[in-house]
Amino acid sequence: MDLISYVQEQTALGKTHPSFRPGDNIVVSYRIVEGDKVRIQDFRGDVIQIKGTGATRTFTVRKMSNGVGVERIIPFSSPNIDEIKVLKRGKVRRAKLFYLRDLVGKKARIKERKFIKA
Amino acid sequence: MTSIFDATGRNQAVTVIELGPCVVTQVKTTDTDGYEALQLAFGDMREKSASQPLRGHFAAAGTSPKRKVAEFRDFAIDKAIGDTIRVEEVFEEGEKISAVGTSKGKGFQGVVKRHGFGGVGQRTHGQHNRGRAPGSVGASSYPSKVFKGMRMAGQTGNQRVKTGNLRVVRILPEQNVILIKGAVPGHKGSFVILEK
Repeated sequence: MDLISYVQEQTALGKTHPSFRPGDNIVVSYRIVEGDKVRIQDFRGDVIQIKGTGATRTFTVRKMSNGVGVERIIPFSSPNIDEIKVLKRGKVRRAKLFYLRDLVGKKARIKERKFIKA
Repeated sequence: MTSIFDATGRNQAVTVIELGPCVVTQVKTTDTDGYEALQLAFGDMREKSASQPLRGHFAAAGTSPKRKVAEFRDFAIDKAIGDTIRVEEVFEEGEKISAVGTSKGKGFQGVVKRHGFGGVGQRTHGQHNRGRAPGSVGASSYPSKVFKGMRMAGQTGNQRVKTGNLRVVRILPEQNVILIKGAVPGHKGSFVILEK
């Protein structure tokens, strides 16, 4: 094993999250530290990309907030993720959904995947 | 390089370096050499690729031939010839250190890349092929020469570079690994010298 994967294995948290794909609608409960207080904030949106491998793997969640698009890039290995919940499985035909950035309103919806293989 | 999270949950980029165990191959003293230093060797080499003099030098220290040999002046830890030095003996987490290595070679480069010249900055107003040219290198009849050290195009990179102000993030002694915040000079798999 090369040293970089060794280091990633040593520093891994060992936390597992439910599996999700681009197009899914998820809620990320993110831990926010304010001074000495810790607060949990929910961020709900569509996953528009998953990239990277190993400890540096990240996902991007996009949501519309008061008519403004907001995106957050979150590492899978972040200790600040309290919980991830998958709300809807989306039916999409590509791995990166950047076309959603140019769409607003009803066009920016993602069709739901109703029949999911177990 | 990879990235790890610190205690406060901040993600930081780290360089993974395999550090030692290094073998002491020579101890220089004021009496014999005029100064105090330790010569350390690292990285196994095949016996038959080592030259005869090198084989003798490493045999005197009781080890197999090594690929890299470096001298450290006024080493803080007392060691005898043939001893090994491990990461955790020298460095501790949170310490500030510097790294010396050979930077990535970039070939023959112009002044814009090599010295950060601005270039001309516009394509019209009389320019057509001078966008990255160095401009004037001196005045006329006085001094009638170009001063020494005038910054010009030439070989860039592939030279000894020292990067300071690096912090030791973590030490993993089982695999002789040290994690350093930020980048160090050189390409992947190259040798670096870490100094306090």
